[in-house]
Amino acid sequence: MSRKPNILRRGTPFIWLTGGALAMSLLLVAGMLLLILWKGLGFFWQKDLTLLRLNNGSAVLGEIVEREAIPDLDSPGAPPKMRVKVKQGNRDLYGADFVWVREDEIAERERPEDALAVERLGWGDFFGYLKEIRDGDKVLAGGGAEGLAKLQELLSADYELRARIAKVEKNQIGAINDAIHGAELELKKLAYYGTTMGPEVDAQKALLAEHQKTYDELVLDLTALRRKQTVSVTLTAEGGAMSGGQQKEKTLPISELVEVLQPNRMGLGAKAAHYASQLWSFVSTDPRESNTEGGVFPAIFGTVLMVLIMSIFVTPFGVLAAFYLREYAKQGRWVSVVRIAVNNLAGVPSIVFGVFGVGFFIHFVGAGIDNAFFPYMGNTPVFHSGGILWASLTLALMTVPVVIVATEEGLAAIPKSMREGSLALGATKFETTWSIVLPAVMPSILTGLILAMARAAGEVAPLMITGVVKIAPALPVSASFPFGLERQFMHLGFHIFDLGFQSPNVDAARPMVYATTLLLIVLVLVLNIGAIWIRNRLRQKYSAATAAI
Amino acid sequence: MNTGETAINRIRIEVPQSSARPVAPARPAAHAPGIEEAAKGQAPEAAVTIEAIDPAQVEVEVEKVNLWYGAKQALFDINLTFAKNKVTALIGPSGCGKSTLLRCFNRMNDLVDICRMEGTIRVGGRDIRDPALDATELRKNVGMVFQKPNPFPKTIYENVAYGPRIQGVRGREKLDVIVERSIRQAALWDEVKDRLNDSALGLSGGQQQRLCIARAVAVEPEVLLMDEPCSALDPISTGRIEDLMIDLKEKYTILIVTHNMQQAARVSDYTAYMLMGEMIEYRETKELFSRPRDKRTEDYITGRFG
Ligand SMILES: Nc1ncnc2c1ncn2[C@@H]1O[C@H](COP(=O)(O)OP(=O)(O)OP(=O)(O)O)[C@@H](O)[C@H]1O
Ligand SMILES: [Mg+2]
Repeated sequence: MSRKPNILRRGTPFIWLTGGALAMSLLLVAGMLLLILWKGLGFFWQKDLTLLRLNNGSAVLGEIVEREAIPDLDSPGAPPKMRVKVKQGNRDLYGADFVWVREDEIAERERPEDALAVERLGWGDFFGYLKEIRDGDKVLAGGGAEGLAKLQELLSADYELRARIAKVEKNQIGAINDAIHGAELELKKLAYYGTTMGPEVDAQKALLAEHQKTYDELVLDLTALRRKQTVSVTLTAEGGAMSGGQQKEKTLPISELVEVLQPNRMGLGAKAAHYASQLWSFVSTDPRESNTEGGVFPAIFGTVLMVLIMSIFVTPFGVLAAFYLREYAKQGRWVSVVRIAVNNLAGVPSIVFGVFGVGFFIHFVGAGIDNAFFPYMGNTPVFHSGGILWASLTLALMTVPVVIVATEEGLAAIPKSMREGSLALGATKFETTWSIVLPAVMPSILTGLILAMARAAGEVAPLMITGVVKIAPALPVSASFPFGLERQFMHLGFHIFDLGFQSPNVDAARPMVYATTLLLIVLVLVLNIGAIWIRNRLRQKYSAATAAI
Repeated sequence: MNTGETAINRIRIEVPQSSARPVAPARPAAHAPGIEEAAKGQAPEAAVTIEAIDPAQVEVEVEKVNLWYGAKQALFDINLTFAKNKVTALIGPSGCGKSTLLRCFNRMNDLVDICRMEGTIRVGGRDIRDPALDATELRKNVGMVFQKPNPFPKTIYENVAYGPRIQGVRGREKLDVIVERSIRQAALWDEVKDRLNDSALGLSGGQQQRLCIARAVAVEPEVLLMDEPCSALDPISTGRIEDLMIDLKEKYTILIVTHNMQQAARVSDYTAYMLMGEMIEYRETKELFSRPRDKRTEDYITGRFG
């Protein structure tokens, strides 16, 4: 009687197909995240140091980072020979951070307890042994355990000195520099408007002289402080396995050292603590060595600030446009055309927006601002060059369709009965829009903003031409007008690109690429979660549109 | 509902004997002091029976109203007057134009682009389309309660305070007074007095509808329009709202659309029966239900309609 439909008609394969597609996507995303997590977080873990003694009598000390089969095309069937990749550090001594060592050349593997891993300001890590510590010509200590204890003691004293130097350098000299710069600008401005003499000029000149005096004093202080850093450390290195192999010595001023560790003596606890401190300094310090070392703080700062500035522009703009489209414009062909155009705008490649940003914001608006407000700057551009304001505006332009679409959808979902309820009480359309519709559509606006932020935080191409740079001399904020908005800035996305593909030392920078990528993901996640949290709070407050009506 | 029954009994409708009816639409039938006589002289087809209402007691007048949605006519030559401080029910099959007529009184139809109206409607003696009278001003005088409760996604307090605020009432104390009075009028006070700052959406459907009534009376309108206010409610809530209407008519003129014949009989003083955009019969409720004049009315109220 009742015919059982065959398998195709029942759609079982279709269920499998859809489920499979979903599983596949999830797998890909999870795989990507896992890889980035593994590589990114692994970067901060201090590995043990291994000393490889080779058959040819030479040796190499370093971290073993990889092991792979040597491609052998001549005898395909044979069991593969292996080789290991060693991070030997000591770039200044041996030329390369990494060497490949064939396993069949290794005579012996040792795990020297007193081997040091030294993080230093220049030239990457140093792996080796402590030979002696000197203060000028005076030998303070030799190698070995008590030498290391002495070194750590001197190092922590030097940290304090460094902190004081940094304070003078960054805060005091920085402030004076700003003041000098300001006074010079004032003079320039006065000269431009025809005042080259008189009380105003004299006042500025006096100010300038005074600042100059303070500056000179500070520089003297600084030199005095620097003179105190007299200790130097001599280290021996073992490496150059491929170049005959020889022991080499290196003497470093103590001010060059960031951290001295004995990885092979560190327990799990010590390593974990070190890991945490590395993680912290990664997010909180400035980069060194053309970004391949040190932290990424300026990039985090730039990214977050850019996204925030973008949000400030994109939200009101998109919301107003959506309100006009949905609430005021007469629905018809014209509005449909606009709507389609807006939707398509979201699909325009981002670099197109970048080009527009350069052409419109920088060369038109920026040039106009410079002409109008900073004519005395002469050929030094203020806004007539890439900067965080223009980059943010470019991204705002790029993401405004996202906000418009989300807001419009929210507006469409607000029941007519709610508006009528307000109108029937004698409210005008504007009052209704303002006090009833706007609060109710807030969650949708935030949804749009979340999507916009997610897109903006990950965008790189348009930024590269509108204000992002590899190394920015200062953070894009300042206390005085124009508040640093005109400054170029660093950005995590660009940082990744730069590290991974533009760096002089790609191998050494690769772990940083993953770490920075991870950070970017975390950042986007944090921004999104923040916005989602706000949205959900609003939703609870106005569990409106969906609930009762 | 017993209360409804007693209320109907309580209310005596004065049928005025005066023949001078300057405000009433000029219909021969309307002149008749005795309805019975007037009806006798009419052909059943044109049987729009108009209740005689004392001109001094007229709150809303509808004169020769025709209304179109685009090319489709929804109301045909409607002539009516509604009495002050009475409940008037509009009944009729679905799609006959009850809501449309009701929405004329506060110009809600203005929001419908394709809607066009001809004729005159006066509320409290004033033409609602008087250019000097703003729609928002009219709507402050003519409140409306909708079919489905539509509280704003705000607190209970803010829902009720919304209208007064719009009208420019400022100051927490003044608003407190208005809010309490309005919620009491809507017989909701005891249930919500401890949770005025909770979301209105957390109330039950019946409570929400009474909140909407409180919201509407907070601006002290003259006329209260109710479009099937109980259709989404359970019998208990319905009963409360019916009682409420009988209380409220002491202050307001109430026009209610309902599909529930018993409800119309319980709460209204007058009832108008509409069919396909035309007014078929409009009389004292008891009369209309006990002795319908028009065959079509009789069919409808006895359930033989369609
Ligand atoms: N916005 C509109 N656009 C076009 N036609 C409409 C519109 N609103 C109502 N109509 C039409 O006008 C006529 C009367 O509608 P109305 O809503 O007044 O009926 P009703 O008596 O209230 O019915 P119900 O009892 O189902 O609520 C119907 O034929 C309806 O299709
Ligand atoms: Mg209706």
